[in-house]
Amino acid sequence: MKILNEIKISFPSRSANESFARIAVSGAVAQFDPCVDELSDIKTAVSEAVTNSIVHAYNMEVGKIDLTIRLLEGKIVYIKIKDYGCGIPDINRAMEPLFTTAPQDERAGLGFAVMESFMDKLTVRSKVGKGTSVILTKKIKSRKAADE
Amino acid sequence: MPVLLEVKEKNIIAYISGEVDHHTAKGIRSEIDSEIERLSPEKVILDFSAVTFMDSSGIGLVMGRYKIMQSLSGTVQIQNPPDHIKKVMRLAGLDRIANIINIKAGS
Repeated sequence: MKILNEIKISFPSRSANESFARIAVSGAVAQFDPCVDELSDIKTAVSEAVTNSIVHAYNMEVGKIDLTIRLLEGKIVYIKIKDYGCGIPDINRAMEPLFTTAPQDERAGLGFAVMESFMDKLTVRSKVGKGTSVILTKKIKSRKAADE
Repeated sequence: MPVLLEVKEKNIIAYISGEVDHHTAKGIRSEIDSEIERLSPEKVILDFSAVTFMDSSGIGLVMGRYKIMQSLSGTVQIQNPPDHIKKVMRLAGLDRIANIINIKAGS
């Protein structure tokens, strides 16, 4: 699929950057003129993925998170959140609703469930000791279709 | 201030504002919890009308307060969540552990 635009940002896994990542994605996706609901779905999903990397990947230390936003032909938004942290040993288990390895931090275990339900597609790739990539895609409806 | 606390009869009303994510949730919960510890209220009302963004960290926030209130034989009520926040709450099934109500400001 043809890439119309691509933005890459790297930032340290500090929790203050959760809101930065949401703002960056909103700014990029604005070029497709999404409706308010679509934008808040995307922001929520990105927030979950980035928070996962911050909370789990680097085990209290600060590492790097790479955020790639691609605007594809057909108004498809592609977002990749990549970390170089500990990786997920059992992705299926991690994706189970309510499963969390950080209950003491009041993590609800719903990050992947939110990503799955708020986006069209979720792909998770992970290697223990190497890191995790989360790819989120969503098609933005044209305003005409959204109003119908 | 991400949270403003009001005490009414034996209830605590927490007016949460701005964005609720992993970064902000810690501060919000410690403010609410110290007030719960001080007053042992019958009910904690979490008001979301001024919340502009919430991810699953907000779910953790509600569930955590629910557990504390359960141990005090009290309840948690969710007040005035905007639509996109209600969507996250429904996904988590929060409506099964807490009443979600809408009241108009000033009434």
